[in-house]
Amino acid sequence: MPVLTILIALPIVGAIVVALLPKRRTELVYPIALGMSIPPLVVAMYVLVNFRVGDAAFQFAENVVFTEAFGIGWIVAVDGISLFMVVLTALLFPISIAASRSITSNVKSYMVLMLILETGLLGVFLALDLFVFFAFFEIVLIPMYLLISLWGSENRAYASLKFVLFTATGSAFLLASIIALAIITGDQMGTLASFDFRNMLQTELSSTAQFVLFAGFGIAFAIKVPLFPFHTWLPDAHTEAPTAASVILAAVLLKMGAYGFLRFNLTLFPEAAVSLAVPLAVLGVVGIVYGAALAIVQPDIKRLIAYSSVSHMGFIVLGAFALTTQALTGSVVLMISHGLTTGALFLLVGMIYDRTHTREIADYGGLARVMPVFAGMFLFAALASAGLPGLSGFVGEFAVLIGSYLTLPVLTVIASSGVILAAIYLLWAYERVFTGPVTNPKLKVLRDLGFREVAIMAPLVVLIIGLGVYPKPVFDRIEPSVGIILDRIEATTDFEVPAEGRLSGVAEIEYGPVHESGGDN
Amino acid sequence: MTDLLWLVIALPLLGAVVNLFFGKRLGEPVAGGLSVGVVVASWAIAVPATLSFVTGSGQVETIYLFSWIPVVGADAAILWDPLSAVMTMIVTGVGALIHIYSLGYMRGDERYPRFFAFLNLFIASMMILVLSANFAMMFVGWELVGLSSYLLISFWFTKPEAAAAGKKAFIVNRIGDWGFLVALMIIFATFGTFDFGTIFTTAPGILTVGAATAITLLLFVGAAGKSAQIPLYIWLPDAMEGPTPVSALIHAATMVTAGVFMIARAAVLFELAPVSGAVIAVVGTLTALVAALIAVSQTDIKKVLAYSTISQLGFMVLAVGVGAYTAGVFHLATHAFFKALLFLGAGSVIHAMAGEQDMRKMGGLRKMMPVTFITMAIGWLAISGIFPFAGFWSKDEILAATFAKGGAFIVLWAVGLFVALLTAFYMTRMFVMTFLGRPRWDGGTHPHESPATMTVPLIVLGFFSVSAGLVNTPARLAFEHFLEPSFVGVPHIKGLTLGLIVTLAVVSLVVALAGVTWGWLAYRRDELPAEDGAFWRRSLEAFAVDDFYGRVIVAPGKRVSTWAAETMDPRVIDGAAHGVARGVLRFGSVLGKLQTGQVRGYAGGMAVAGVILIFVFLAVGGGF
Repeated sequence: MPVLTILIALPIVGAIVVALLPKRRTELVYPIALGMSIPPLVVAMYVLVNFRVGDAAFQFAENVVFTEAFGIGWIVAVDGISLFMVVLTALLFPISIAASRSITSNVKSYMVLMLILETGLLGVFLALDLFVFFAFFEIVLIPMYLLISLWGSENRAYASLKFVLFTATGSAFLLASIIALAIITGDQMGTLASFDFRNMLQTELSSTAQFVLFAGFGIAFAIKVPLFPFHTWLPDAHTEAPTAASVILAAVLLKMGAYGFLRFNLTLFPEAAVSLAVPLAVLGVVGIVYGAALAIVQPDIKRLIAYSSVSHMGFIVLGAFALTTQALTGSVVLMISHGLTTGALFLLVGMIYDRTHTREIADYGGLARVMPVFAGMFLFAALASAGLPGLSGFVGEFAVLIGSYLTLPVLTVIASSGVILAAIYLLWAYERVFTGPVTNPKLKVLRDLGFREVAIMAPLVVLIIGLGVYPKPVFDRIEPSVGIILDRIEATTDFEVPAEGRLSGVAEIEYGPVHESGGDN
Repeated sequence: MTDLLWLVIALPLLGAVVNLFFGKRLGEPVAGGLSVGVVVASWAIAVPATLSFVTGSGQVETIYLFSWIPVVGADAAILWDPLSAVMTMIVTGVGALIHIYSLGYMRGDERYPRFFAFLNLFIASMMILVLSANFAMMFVGWELVGLSSYLLISFWFTKPEAAAAGKKAFIVNRIGDWGFLVALMIIFATFGTFDFGTIFTTAPGILTVGAATAITLLLFVGAAGKSAQIPLYIWLPDAMEGPTPVSALIHAATMVTAGVFMIARAAVLFELAPVSGAVIAVVGTLTALVAALIAVSQTDIKKVLAYSTISQLGFMVLAVGVGAYTAGVFHLATHAFFKALLFLGAGSVIHAMAGEQDMRKMGGLRKMMPVTFITMAIGWLAISGIFPFAGFWSKDEILAATFAKGGAFIVLWAVGLFVALLTAFYMTRMFVMTFLGRPRWDGGTHPHESPATMTVPLIVLGFFSVSAGLVNTPARLAFEHFLEPSFVGVPHIKGLTLGLIVTLAVVSLVVALAGVTWGWLAYRRDELPAEDGAFWRRSLEAFAVDDFYGRVIVAPGKRVSTWAAETMDPRVIDGAAHGVARGVLRFGSVLGKLQTGQVRGYAGGMAVAGVILIFVFLAVGGGF
């Protein structure tokens, strides 16, 4: 059964169903859209459960050739790196849609766009034909742009345009690089072009070619992550976007960049990756400190969380370019955790915004007295985001720091100061919003979270604790896939991962033959 | 016997979870009872396993629980040895007493179950810290006790001071944790594991002095945070904003000793870095001195105790700095009893005085609160170092070990002795101002003895404050012998003869008596002496260290952040981006004149640019 194709297609089917709902029955849109976001989650869980642990090869692969001449095909498969991105995507869409109750204008279009967005994201993480990958990469852009520009707050026009221009600039470089790489690959295979990722792995590239193509891919992903100094679109987009879009943006969209670095930059251009690892790690570390420093003084709670994202994504980039098993695996785990915790924070901010219509920290104070459940949830998410041990943020961050120190000691020590800064910006914000006397009379009448809102948060809370206390199943699935990236780098360059960096026991695994059509069950 | 030790962590955790979610529905008696019950149960589970070390049948054991972060080899595992056993006894034993005391103290608080949930969470966190068999898990406990402390200090969060104090404690501790974290990076890079057993057995063979010094100094940064040493002690006085049982449990008896415990645990590493040892000894001594100089002038009874705690922690740190690990742990244990006693006694007084904490408005409470008075008297004599109370034995052992090191350490001994004098003085001042003399409160206050839930813990702690010192007298070093399995490979202090010990003990006793006499003569009068002059003023404002940090670190930090947020990001970075965008638009408008319609112009521009890019990439890529 073409499980992954079904997975990618399901949200589109949902979008069509929602679009076909009778115009007058707007009350049906929310429940049906929510219902339509469940089947992808079910399929994603099926993939998760049936994923073979310890196997580095791509699984659930499907391969349909579109055109022999141009080497374009429908190749989708999942490995340890994409597995959790897919699950995260499939999980956060029902949650975000459920949290969109307050959308009243043009609900139908909103939901249709959300579901199209889901397809785009799933496609990005699953496609192994770079032509198709790029198509999905671009598909994501459009609904996100529309969600921000149509349902955003006051400054939405500027924010959405900025988002598009930044991302499209990156895309131009990405497209050019993909086409060039496809032609070079095709040339060596004796065809016109090949966009097949597996063929690209076999391509011999000169040093210069590696560097230029690395840069082309890299700019697109650096903007997406976003890496300092390409980050300025993020606070604007985050702040102006409606809640659900903020959640998806932070939790999943940014991961496209980090995923791209791992899947393509590190794997396809190992030599360039090794040479450029330090500069990129430097940008990551600058982002950690810079993002955190800016988060401290933000007067707007959503901007604060947006800058905290810049800081966290810096850890992910540092981990990716430290080139040790611990750091790379930690990086992927941190991507999951960031999705859960930042997603949770944006959902919570959305819930309070629905009540008060203000994001200014100064407008709040003493809220814990009025809304204790909300306060508890927020503190929980903030602590998880700040990397408190026992919650999800810690395990990934810890593995990144421990692993990165092996190859980049000075940078890692600087990066670790982000741990202190995170405590400062999050706890200071908590103090101002939630503690002290209730000064603003408007706050006194607010009702605490209702059942629906608690139900929306519950899965995130459970997963944040689960990943923090028992992350082993997650690490076990990611590690082999990360191991082959490093194996490939060691095999093709003179870079050697330090001994402690390879304790994993993942010896010499190759990108095995892709099992045709879900060869694992 | 050791199979069930995981329950020592799990039970309090369960108590916390149940109280957090269902506490309100359970009601005060059930919620409080459950909370006390799980801690007592934890204690009861640990007792037989501890006794086995006393009888000599016990074995040092590592109990594997589950794999936690496999890529860095971090497991959840328990190391059960005499050191962890002692700590478990203190944390669950003293912890249980403080839980019982809180039943009465917190009665009627609208968030009563929440308080007990947090107390239970603290015990669980502390047990993770104490029982861990590797540095990674220890770090988990290390940070979680910081969290519990934060939650409990800011428990009365509607008071802005309480909320600020909790945040300050957490952030300052995080600065310490940063040191711990960097130490962990070096440890992993050196040993490839966090496991205590592997690290401590291989360290002497492979660890260079440089690496050992770096690791231990960084670990000490962590210890300085938790154990409130210079320069990170500033959070502890503020932490007194928390309910008094919290001050007793966390900020006197248990959490603050974590740094001392950690150094004792890693004694093998610290032995390899003599420089670190010296640094630690000096910092400990200075902390003891500075805190004592601040304590003498405080008028808030809890502030006196807070600074005295910092000062006593300084003694413990001095001990582990000079390599007297057993003495450090011994003082940690006796201090846990008498300082918990003093705090709970102070809580009883505050309770009786309807929240009043200013000692200048107390006096003459002896008659109204006989049990509190007598038990507090024991605590006072114990901390002052009067024979044969607990503090005498343990403090003296530290001073003797410092003296025996010889050389420049004699100076540290002398400073330590001076601090002992100050300690006896300010504790006498506190005791006299509170309980003796004529009453100075106004007519509206009706002091009364506290209920049994509060006085019984005082009596039990009083008993141990008298007797705990006797487990390790120079004549019979039972405690040292008991701890031996935890300090395999750590050399004993040399040059300590019985004659020297007795001589030094007599000297300290004379000094302590002098301090008590001084305080007695100065304060046992009808009128309190005027405490003015430059020293008293500076001392009362704690030498304005907080202001100094505010000016030198916090304010500049905020200025940099603000500059980055208001200038760097919007003007410089976005300025550049806007510049590029304007340039492209101008280019686009040129193209637009060639084509009709903006969209087509845009698409055309994209296409042209794309084709150019592809050719560039292909050219350098070798596609042609």
